[in-house]
Amino acid sequence: MADLSVTFAKTIKSPNPFWLASAPPTNSGFQVMRAFDAGWGGAVWKTIGEPIVNTTSRYSSIDYNGVRMMGLNNIELITDRPIEDNLREIYEVKKRFPHHAVIASLMVDSKRETWHDIVKRTEDAGADGLELNFGCPHGMSERGMGSAVGQVPEYCEMITAWVKEVARTPVLIKLTPNVTNIALIGRAARKGGADGLSAINTFNSITSIDLDDLAPRPKVSGKSAHGGYCGPAVKPIALNMVHTLNADPEIRIPVSGIGGIATWQDAAEFILLGCSSVQVCTAVMHYGFRIVEDMIDGLSNWMDEKGFKTLDDFRGASIARLEDWGNLDLNYKIIASIDPEKCIGCDLCHIACWDAAHQCIHIEGEGREAPTRVEKESAMNFLAPPAHHPLHVHEPVLHSRGITTRYVGLSGNGRQGQAPPPTTSLHSSTEDAPPALRSNRVPYVDEEECVGCNLCWLVCPVDSCITMKEVRTGLPFESFNDRTKRLAKVSTCEPPST
Amino acid sequence: MAIKNKYVQISPEEFDRNFADIHPPLTPNAAVIEASRCLFCFDAPCTIACPTHIDVPKFIKKIATRNLRGSARTILEANILGASCSKVCPVEVLCEGACVMNHHNEKPIQIALLQRHAMDWAHDHQFQPFVPGTANGKKVACIGGGPASLACAAELAQLGYAVTIFERKPLAGGLNTYGIAEYKLTPEDALREVESVRKLGVKFECKVEIGGQSSSGKLDSIPNPTLRSVSLQSLERDFDAIFVGIGLGDTTDLEVPGEHLEGVVDALTFIEDYKTKRTKCKVGRRVAVIGAGNTAIDAATAAVRLGVPEVRMVYRRSEAEMPAFAYEYELAKGDGVIFNWRTQPVKIHGKKAVEKLECVSMRLGKPDKTGRRRPEPVPRSKFFIECDMVIKSLGQTKHDDFLKAVPLLKRSRDGRVLVDEKTCQTSNPKFFAGGDCVNGGREVVDAVADGKKAAHGIETWIRRNG
Ligand SMILES: Cc1cc2nc3c(=O)[nH]c(=O)nc-3n(C[C@H](O)[C@H](O)[C@H](O)COP(=O)(O)OP(=O)(O)OC[C@H]3O[C@@H](n4cnc5c(N)ncnc54)[C@H](O)[C@@H]3O)c2cc1C
Ligand SMILES: Cc1cc2nc3c(=O)[nH]c(=O)nc-3n(C[C@H](O)[C@H](O)[C@H](O)COP(=O)(O)O)c2cc1C
Ligand code: SF4
Ligand code: SF4
Ligand code: SF4
Repeated sequence: MADLSVTFAKTIKSPNPFWLASAPPTNSGFQVMRAFDAGWGGAVWKTIGEPIVNTTSRYSSIDYNGVRMMGLNNIELITDRPIEDNLREIYEVKKRFPHHAVIASLMVDSKRETWHDIVKRTEDAGADGLELNFGCPHGMSERGMGSAVGQVPEYCEMITAWVKEVARTPVLIKLTPNVTNIALIGRAARKGGADGLSAINTFNSITSIDLDDLAPRPKVSGKSAHGGYCGPAVKPIALNMVHTLNADPEIRIPVSGIGGIATWQDAAEFILLGCSSVQVCTAVMHYGFRIVEDMIDGLSNWMDEKGFKTLDDFRGASIARLEDWGNLDLNYKIIASIDPEKCIGCDLCHIACWDAAHQCIHIEGEGREAPTRVEKESAMNFLAPPAHHPLHVHEPVLHSRGITTRYVGLSGNGRQGQAPPPTTSLHSSTEDAPPALRSNRVPYVDEEECVGCNLCWLVCPVDSCITMKEVRTGLPFESFNDRTKRLAKVSTCEPPST
Repeated sequence: MAIKNKYVQISPEEFDRNFADIHPPLTPNAAVIEASRCLFCFDAPCTIACPTHIDVPKFIKKIATRNLRGSARTILEANILGASCSKVCPVEVLCEGACVMNHHNEKPIQIALLQRHAMDWAHDHQFQPFVPGTANGKKVACIGGGPASLACAAELAQLGYAVTIFERKPLAGGLNTYGIAEYKLTPEDALREVESVRKLGVKFECKVEIGGQSSSGKLDSIPNPTLRSVSLQSLERDFDAIFVGIGLGDTTDLEVPGEHLEGVVDALTFIEDYKTKRTKCKVGRRVAVIGAGNTAIDAATAAVRLGVPEVRMVYRRSEAEMPAFAYEYELAKGDGVIFNWRTQPVKIHGKKAVEKLECVSMRLGKPDKTGRRRPEPVPRSKFFIECDMVIKSLGQTKHDDFLKAVPLLKRSRDGRVLVDEKTCQTSNPKFFAGGDCVNGGREVVDAVADGKKAAHGIETWIRRNG
């Protein structure tokens, strides 16, 4: 079995990379101990500071297609429990779980002495490291803390430096994503002496508005405030931010990846983009601590399959696979290919390609050839669709409320099996044709016209029914950057700009 | 009817329990989840398969966004009986059978339950999306108050016609009210839809029989002093067009000795009986249902639910030839119905009431013209089935007397009214027809589709003729 253990910033050790993010699941020693029993490798304590008062309610979420909490929003602040209670419980947890990582998240007034004081007390309690919460986007920022610090590189660097003056354990800076370029904040933290970064905290958000009483959610007596957004919905943005940090040559300190992680696959992706550990909040709030079981098991099985013995074997392996767009090969070509055996005939690929891509997936029985590019372009009068294509015909249907249309198929030869031809002769309706089902709903791709955009493949509900196949162009690698250089050289009118 | 042994009787609570909804409704959240599974197919096969062409993906997506008003409107615009259809449609052979999910190794989208979800919302919110059209001074009579006429009338009323429905039963709704298995549709459900049609200004003349025997002087076979009769001629005189939605007639006779004995009843009467009298409907302890169509199954499963300890179905062909839908057969099997395949009743024995059924075994010979193998008796195979109630279910007759009285009306050799497929107009231009009397007995949704088509046929015809 693969070794999942982690050493973060030289001294923070944990049996696996799965840490609980600083949030409600790490609110108390009782919870953290249960989490460690369940298998979590580390925990970042719910942010400690002068206790606050929270509102009710505090959370709201986005459901997607019947699935709950695709995105979670909260207007909760830092811990509402006294500093001493938290510190005493950190001490007890560390005593019982000496090999698990316990990191204290901190947020206090932006005064040097206050920071010195809390750092010393926390380290005395036995925490393995400190995470400075420069990320909370609501409530605390209005008091000059949280993201108010994390959005200004100079403040971030200054407070990090204050903490480093006294800290004996590694200092992590938790970054807010509510900035234009997260690398600038990462560099400032590094300059201030940070030993690591945690990214990301939550996004400023308004999740939804109650369309009955018009109040945004979560509702606090008919009103709301902007809150922090997290959960599966934010993962792609988090991955991008984590990549920005890990690819930056001026940062080069370990990153604990956060944002929408719910499965071992998510975790593997963050590690492939260079993270040293991962942190989870929403998924635990949704399903409880036990989700870590499959995270550990799945990651380790995948590593065994791939022959990775330790996390270092693949950490960062995908960083260099992200390029500037200008360096991608313009001569690489793929086209869609449909497996008629697997196709269930929903024709979503057809309509997606027709309405939203390049009109190159057709349905057999249209009885027409695919248009050539020239024909297509000559038909571009912006009113009619390409002339070569059969038109989708809508037959007017008389309704009591006026005339509407009913889809009857395609002009021209018409689709096979469309509604039976009109008849005026009397005959019994039991002799009708059976329901006018098209005999063939399997579409086909016009390979000349397909631009390989992936859209049909993305919409197809059947696994590996559409595959994107490589077409040999016979042309050598050439990127946009290469091409502009080449064209600049050939050009006789203008000298290449430098 | 009198029965030799003691009657079986259940309590009202047992009745409610036994006849409870066979497909309970979806909860709001389950509906959203199910609706979200729908792929939103292009030119969706489910829509094509629905005889009324409800835009299925459209109404389903509206459920996913909890736009139930829009969803209900989408359904009702295509099918005014959308609520009963959602409960009675044999969807396995209609929309759900066509759903592409069947090829995806997944359950089809539960279209009927979703449709019901929107229809329940419409009922709970007294949603009545349509209004009567501006009166155009034209009058149409609909004969029969079943689904075909209701659909025709609703459509015409919205186009401004003054429509009167003539129904010989005390209540309108046709088989929806009197014939559909109680665990699928209750008479209250059916009458709710009748009310929605009435709200469009359609007039209902119940307990009125058009043409037929009573109008020619003789009273109805069941003496019914309150039944009024109106002649076809007066209808032709008073109305600009006439829609014939009379459905089918009585159950076909067995034509065996003993058919007159007490305890022999036809399936339609039996079903109407238990649906209207509920626990007061009298059933025996050993019931034999003759036939194996969907109606026979309905009668058998109803008997089981009424507490009959032994219910059997007697059919002269085998399992493979039975006309009932596969899932109806499953339902009967699940109810513990006994099946006597390849069994032909030849005589019913009993002094005054049924005591036993004399039968012969059958074997299957050469295929007949319907392609099914023709059953023929096995020599010396006589045997008896003890029973105290026989329910005949050999299909329904056509209303021959009535239809013969309509001038110039052409019919198929088996007695169905012939119509133009697009307009439902008959060979007598003033008469339009649809539903069971045209298709020989199909589904509610087919009758609705016909009614709608006929309404537009009438509209076109009347406009053309000034
Ligand atoms: C037992 C049974 C169970 C069924 N179960 C289902 C099911 O689960 N799902 C499904 O989709 N379909 C089911 N059906 C079929 C469905 O009920 C019919 O297809 C549908 O009701 C046909 O509608 P209709 O309007 O053509 O006729 P009907 O519903 O039969 O209505 C015709 C009406 O006309 C009246 N009438 C007839 N003659 C005259 C006259 N001369 N004057 C005045 N009134 C007249 C009748 O009293 C009747 O009310 C079932 C049918 C039966 C018999
Ligand atoms: C209810 C709630 C409270 C939080 N409180 C804190 C906090 O006190 N300190 C902190 O650094 N981050 C806090 N966070 C942010 C999380 O630690 C984490 O950075 C963020 O939720 C993204 O991770 P996720 O997508 O796994 O939830 C909080 C998040 C939530 C949902
Ligand atoms: S999206 Fe996939 S399953 Fe649907 S028609 Fe296209 S290829 Fe077939
Ligand atoms: S009316 Fe019946 S067949 Fe049509 S969509 Fe509804 S349930 Fe399906
Ligand atoms: S076929 Fe099935 S998945 Fe496709 S639109 Fe109809 S219900 Fe939805």
